[in-house]
Amino acid sequence: MEIKREKLRALSPLEEPRSPAELRVRQLRARDLLRGDLEGPALERHVTESVLTTTLDRATRWGRANSIFPATFGLACCAIEMMSIVSPRYDIARFGAENMRASPRQADMLILSGRVAIKMAPVIRRLYDQMLEPKWVIAMGACSSSGGMFANYAVVQGADKFMPVDIHVPGCPPRPEALVYGFNKLQRMILGNPEPGWRRRYNAIGTEEWARPATGSASSEEAEAYAAARELSVAHDAELAGETG
Amino acid sequence: MPDAPGLELIAQDLNETATSSVLGTYHEHGQACLIVDPERILDLLRWLRDTPGQEYRFLSSLHGVDYLPAEPRFGVVYELLSMPRVERLRVRAALADPGEDPSEPGRPRSRRRGGDRLPEIDSCVSLFPTAEFHEREVYDFFGIVFRGHPDLRRILMPEDYVGWPQRRDFPVGGEPVIFTHNEREVPRWYE
Repeated sequence: MEIKREKLRALSPLEEPRSPAELRVRQLRARDLLRGDLEGPALERHVTESVLTTTLDRATRWGRANSIFPATFGLACCAIEMMSIVSPRYDIARFGAENMRASPRQADMLILSGRVAIKMAPVIRRLYDQMLEPKWVIAMGACSSSGGMFANYAVVQGADKFMPVDIHVPGCPPRPEALVYGFNKLQRMILGNPEPGWRRRYNAIGTEEWARPATGSASSEEAEAYAAARELSVAHDAELAGETG
Repeated sequence: MPDAPGLELIAQDLNETATSSVLGTYHEHGQACLIVDPERILDLLRWLRDTPGQEYRFLSSLHGVDYLPAEPRFGVVYELLSMPRVERLRVRAALADPGEDPSEPGRPRSRRRGGDRLPEIDSCVSLFPTAEFHEREVYDFFGIVFRGHPDLRRILMPEDYVGWPQRRDFPVGGEPVIFTHNEREVPRWYE
């Protein structure tokens, strides 16, 4: 586990100081640089730490993640919660996304805040297609993620049936804090450092309900199917770890 | 609301002087309702609207009901309001389902024998202009056709939608969700 954590830390776009003492040293070094009396190996060190390790790509991603323009777009009751994330109480301006754009052509994030009626689906798809690249989508609440309580003829059972969704925020409706948390996850995703799920953090890959070994009166066939699913899950995780690590 | 005797008076007036179209009345929870023959609904509504002393000039709502498996199956309900009397009156037209097999009540006819025929009733847009959108909604959800409606098409569901979603024999829709307790019954996506 320890090794994994080290790996994850190394993934962050700008390497973080590992201890308060190190942070203090860095601060002092930065102050000396500004004064103009940083020379030799210390200057070298400062440059390595703060400039050279940042590739252009990482810098772009950093800029994108910290200046997101959400579309002003409400679907149902979740929109009430969504509105309050720009209020001083929750203040998404802290993360650089306070500027809600009233046109999809100026926005790069769409929050699906509520149930998606089948009559609304083509409209949303059109809005999404009009947005500028790169663009991201947050499905907020149970309804836009899975249909929620509206298991009926009028509501799309999950918005990812007709458009890509990056983040699903659970809740009915989710509190504004939850949405802000989902937004932070999206930022980490944009930075190229997606938050690992709790199964990875707690070393619980392969314990999914659907990959669990069958118990009781299950046939050997079913047990085999479960084992195969479990293998798939572990392999998929290894693949993910290889991609990011 | 007219009280129970008041309701009977209206029903009697209707059957004696104007139209003989009232099939029954009921008065419950302080609400008065006339059950009427759908064939003469226009005459009846006109009488209620124009007769001095009645003057139910405001149609506050018009809606459809599906009483399956009861007979007759459909109801079209008119909620009338009389400002001079300060009273509300409910008129319910009982509509049979023409798509039903008469030899086997409760079962739909085969398509060849007219199983896709829709129940019909006269439109009251000429009396109450507000009924235009109400009738479109009833048509949209129950498939009840209003004869003489100026623009009868779907109002809430998409134009290309097939079926009458608020009928009781219409499947609810949605998707089964897998929980621990039903994971063995629900078909699994990864298989």
